[in-house]
Amino acid sequence: MFGLDKRDTTLFLFVVAITLLAPFLLNPFPTESALAQFNAGYPDLMQRFVIFGIFAIGFNILFGLTGYLSFGHAAFLGVGSYAAVWMFKLLSFNIVPAIILSVLVAGVFSLAIGYICLRRSGIYFSILTLAFAQMSFAMAYSVLSNPNFNLTNGETGLQVYADDPQILKGDGPDFTHLFGLEMNTTKTLELGAWAFQFNAGFYVCAFFMIIAFYIAMRIFRSPFGLMLRAIKTNQTRLNYTGLNSRPYTLAAFVISGMYAGLAGGLLAVTDPLAGAERMQWTASGEVVLMTILGGAGTLLGPILGAAFIKYFENIFSKINDTVLHSWFSFMPESIDNFLVAILYPFVGKGWHLTLGLMFMLIVIFLPGGLVDGGQRLWNRITGKNRTQAEPVANPKPAE
Amino acid sequence: MGILEIKDINKRFGGLQALGDVNLSVEEGTVHAIIGPNGAGKSTLLNCLVGKLEPDTGSVTFEGKSILGLKPHQINQLGISRVFQTPEIFSTLSVFENVMIACFAKRDGAFQLNPLTSIKGEKDIHEKVEQMLEDVNMADKRDHVAASMSRGDKRRLEMAMCLAQDPKLLLLDEPTAGMARADTNNTIELLKEIEEKRGITMVIIEHDMHVVFSLANKITVLAQGTPIVEDVPSKIKGNPKVQEAYLGGAHE
Repeated sequence: MFGLDKRDTTLFLFVVAITLLAPFLLNPFPTESALAQFNAGYPDLMQRFVIFGIFAIGFNILFGLTGYLSFGHAAFLGVGSYAAVWMFKLLSFNIVPAIILSVLVAGVFSLAIGYICLRRSGIYFSILTLAFAQMSFAMAYSVLSNPNFNLTNGETGLQVYADDPQILKGDGPDFTHLFGLEMNTTKTLELGAWAFQFNAGFYVCAFFMIIAFYIAMRIFRSPFGLMLRAIKTNQTRLNYTGLNSRPYTLAAFVISGMYAGLAGGLLAVTDPLAGAERMQWTASGEVVLMTILGGAGTLLGPILGAAFIKYFENIFSKINDTVLHSWFSFMPESIDNFLVAILYPFVGKGWHLTLGLMFMLIVIFLPGGLVDGGQRLWNRITGKNRTQAEPVANPKPAE
Repeated sequence: MGILEIKDINKRFGGLQALGDVNLSVEEGTVHAIIGPNGAGKSTLLNCLVGKLEPDTGSVTFEGKSILGLKPHQINQLGISRVFQTPEIFSTLSVFENVMIACFAKRDGAFQLNPLTSIKGEKDIHEKVEQMLEDVNMADKRDHVAASMSRGDKRRLEMAMCLAQDPKLLLLDEPTAGMARADTNNTIELLKEIEEKRGITMVIIEHDMHVVFSLANKITVLAQGTPIVEDVPSKIKGNPKVQEAYLGGAHE
């Protein structure tokens, strides 16, 4: 089906089902229960799951297949956001032109940056992309926000004001919308003790993530994808086999840049505001973590990694000392205080510490990422010693 | 006029004259061996033929066209394939995929943007790969990860990748270096078979005299960057200049 073989069709339908049913699956605990704070089924977080999923899927096409580690992909995310917000400012809050422009602008941007950076490989490539991203950040933050030519609105961030032209708006909605369906529309389904939320913005983003996943899958199974994997393995042999590696890496770079642009555009769709911090190097680093954590070079890995990181970022950072005390309140006060003192550095503002520890554990014990871990677990359960059929023949620690 | 003509090539690395006025003509359909002691410039010469190095002066023409200044992939697309001293293969990919890449390169050229084509739909490529693996007796290893094989099998795979492109000229850089005797003999058999069945012109650089004398129709002896003798194998062994080059006469 859809030009995929049976195995891939199953995987694809699995991803579609998981994505569409996310409001149920991510909401396992009743609303009033103490565990409700571990629920992830609210619109804001689910949108982040799929948007950063798209970002990581795209990044994986470059990093997972060709092995070129870009440290500047957040620049394309930011550019996509700015492009989308400009469409909102100039035309209307309709998301279609915004998304189209964000992908195109990110594509052009990545073509220019990729053309220069791909003259080098390895660490030099990474540093070049990092330099470009930091330049973009600095430009967006200050240079491009002077009174004469205000493209980015500096540290305030680009947003839509009442006196913006919005020439196509007429009396249309005052929030981002898809032909009238506002992105912040949420329908709540009450089922017993549970409340499931279905948000328009989430489903629009989910639709794009499914498309993004489908295209990535086709790329993985195409001769083009095979060449990208060959580049990762042995560029010398590739060149002496009559293939020019430069256009291949550039195409992969542009494709992944466009994915990042799409993700950036969708961030603006769910919240019509674009700030320069979206382009900062920490944001570039985050997508690297997502891809490695999930499993670089695998199809599902980036989505898992993105969801994993965004989940812990949101859930762990919400846990403060009051919450901790409420958990251990049944114990004597001294033990309660002791446990809270131990755990406190790892939650709330300190959630990065937890993330760092988990990242270390995964990279050391599961070099193939979460997908690798899942496969090992599956093999142990079924008792099979199946050789890996995923693209990475033998997962190696990401370099 | 040979298929490959090398005229007055010079190559200097700083103060070292690696190649000095090399003239060489490789006739179509022959197996031409280039031998010489260590440091004679054999590998430099080969690198000048595949676009890795550019000679300081001189010309290299293949089928009458100059190939100087071309990139390795462009030279390959003209029909020159190279086998490396240590087998260069795509070690994390399967044997089948390795050969498949060579077939795609032959059919689609140096770059093809086809991210939405399915590999499974490429029936003709699949047939060709199967055929190629049969030819080098590797059909049973088609799904092995290339890195997991023995040195001899890796060499065999590299050869299959080169042959899958139906090259007009095959350049072999010490194809049996570091191999066990059995693997060496297998490689010689394979090369002989290729020569007989396909009549591909070959240039072999080799240390192992056993290999050279089993295969070559013509031998050029290189010493200190210059060809000193070019002759048929039977006359090379007794040549005093060759003995001098190999037995240390150069030091005097």
